[in-house]
Amino acid sequence: MSCTTIQVADLRFTYPGAHDSVLDGLSVSIGEGERVALLGPNGSGKTTFVLHLNGLLSLQSGTIRIGDLDMTDANLPEIRRRVGAVFQDADDQLFMQSVRDDVSFGPANLGVPRGDLDGVVERALDQVGAMPLIDRTPHHLSGGEKRRVAIATVLAMEPHALVLDEPTSGLDPVGRRELAELLAGLPQTQLVVTHDLPFALQTCPRSMIVSGGKVVADGPTREVLADAELLAANRLELPYGFDVSAL
Amino acid sequence: MAGGLDGRGVGHLVIHGHSPVHRLAPETKVVSTFAFVICVALTPREQMWAFGVHAAVALSIVALAGLPARVVLARLAVIIPFLTFAALVPFVAGGEEIEVLGIGLSRDGLWGAWNVAAKASIGATASIILSATTSVPEILRALTRLRVPKVLVSIMAFMMRYLDLLVDQLGRMRTSMTARCHDPRWLWQAKPIASSAGALFVRSYERGERVHQAMLSRGFTGTMPDLEEQATPGGDWARAALPPVVALAVLLAAVML
Ligand SMILES: Nc1ncnc2c1ncn2[C@@H]1O[C@H](COP(=O)(O)OP(=O)(O)OP(=O)(O)O)[C@@H](O)[C@H]1O
Ligand SMILES: [Mg+2]
Repeated sequence: MSCTTIQVADLRFTYPGAHDSVLDGLSVSIGEGERVALLGPNGSGKTTFVLHLNGLLSLQSGTIRIGDLDMTDANLPEIRRRVGAVFQDADDQLFMQSVRDDVSFGPANLGVPRGDLDGVVERALDQVGAMPLIDRTPHHLSGGEKRRVAIATVLAMEPHALVLDEPTSGLDPVGRRELAELLAGLPQTQLVVTHDLPFALQTCPRSMIVSGGKVVADGPTREVLADAELLAANRLELPYGFDVSAL
Repeated sequence: MAGGLDGRGVGHLVIHGHSPVHRLAPETKVVSTFAFVICVALTPREQMWAFGVHAAVALSIVALAGLPARVVLARLAVIIPFLTFAALVPFVAGGEEIEVLGIGLSRDGLWGAWNVAAKASIGATASIILSATTSVPEILRALTRLRVPKVLVSIMAFMMRYLDLLVDQLGRMRTSMTARCHDPRWLWQAKPIASSAGALFVRSYERGERVHQAMLSRGFTGTMPDLEEQATPGGDWARAALPPVVALAVLLAAVML
């Protein structure tokens, strides 16, 4: 089996102390090299799911397999190397004092020799067009710049799969288009969590809708977005004047 | 509110520059500062001239590092509570009294006050030089290279990080209050901030959790990677040794005389 497939079966999760379950029998299967959008209203459990894919929340019920690895403590380091997660709030992702140090953090933890670090860092920043930011303090970047650097921190670890949580939030239209082009040009398997339906259409051939902690729709993005009733039932809405069938 | 709480965090004490002091290897600066402060602390309080030399050494390094006097003085404000306390000692201490401007003061108390004031201000100036010319990650890396146990360094790294987040979060809350026309300039206007302290801690804690998760997902296993490779240049040790060596000579002279 390829090492980039993501197989999730019957995932259930309740936050400690909370009453209702956030994930309630979520099953997902993503093949190698696929780009899949994960759509869903606020609070539907998307971020909770993303945290599971990196083993950041412990499995309560169900199974997660990344390629040939089961989600177990012993496999965690390798799973985190394979699955690069870009978090919803870039401020959480950037914690060092310079962009260079921040992008070095992941590869240094993976044991990339110091002599090679600069090359790895520069390549990753170059990929997202953020090379000029290399000596800046992450703290003081604009939202869009932070987002690019956050993606670079993950690309520097050369993951096999990318999971991006709301990657377009805070980006201007040009930044958004550039991100779409960036993602389309990356070879990795991608799971893109978003509310931005046109962005999903632009970048992901396949879409899933999560609602109430489970997948309620899964199909070609164009078909999913053309189903007005399905969207309305899940608090999703195309921007005013946007017509999928016209594309 | 006090300066420095404007959302820039503790990681921003550094005043950028390219002076010889900035360029010294951080571990040499850490050791040098520590040794200098020890010598100052051990100097007998009766030898006033010795403190003059110590102060001159500290001030010439401030000048060498190109630190603005205004900033150094502002940061020295942290020792005001100690100075206030020191100023009270001559009034309350017992023993032999001497007359100053018609007021009877304790001789021992006066020496005590002088002792605290001189040592605190010279020591604080030394730490201000260190923190203004060395970033927090540099200091943490220096401690690692000085073989301080990694666990301790990690704890300190997290402490600094969380403190940064806390200050940052406070800055944001203050911004959002200012945006709603609350203008907290003085301590007694800080009530809304004080009353939202609970929210501040919860928010900071949760952000800290999320940052920790982000670190784990990038392979963090409990120790910060050492991203700098070069060994400490020998010349740096020699240069950094200069202030503590002078201080040690002064200390020995002061003890002998
Ligand atoms: N740390 C936590 N403790 C308790 N409950 C939580 C926690 N994090 C999230 N929740 C709850 O779990 C539910 C799902 O949250 P999650 O962040 O996964 O949603 P989401 O789909 O990512 O939403 P959004 O689109 O707003 O990012 C929400 O009801 C939320 O209140
Ligand atoms: Mg979310």
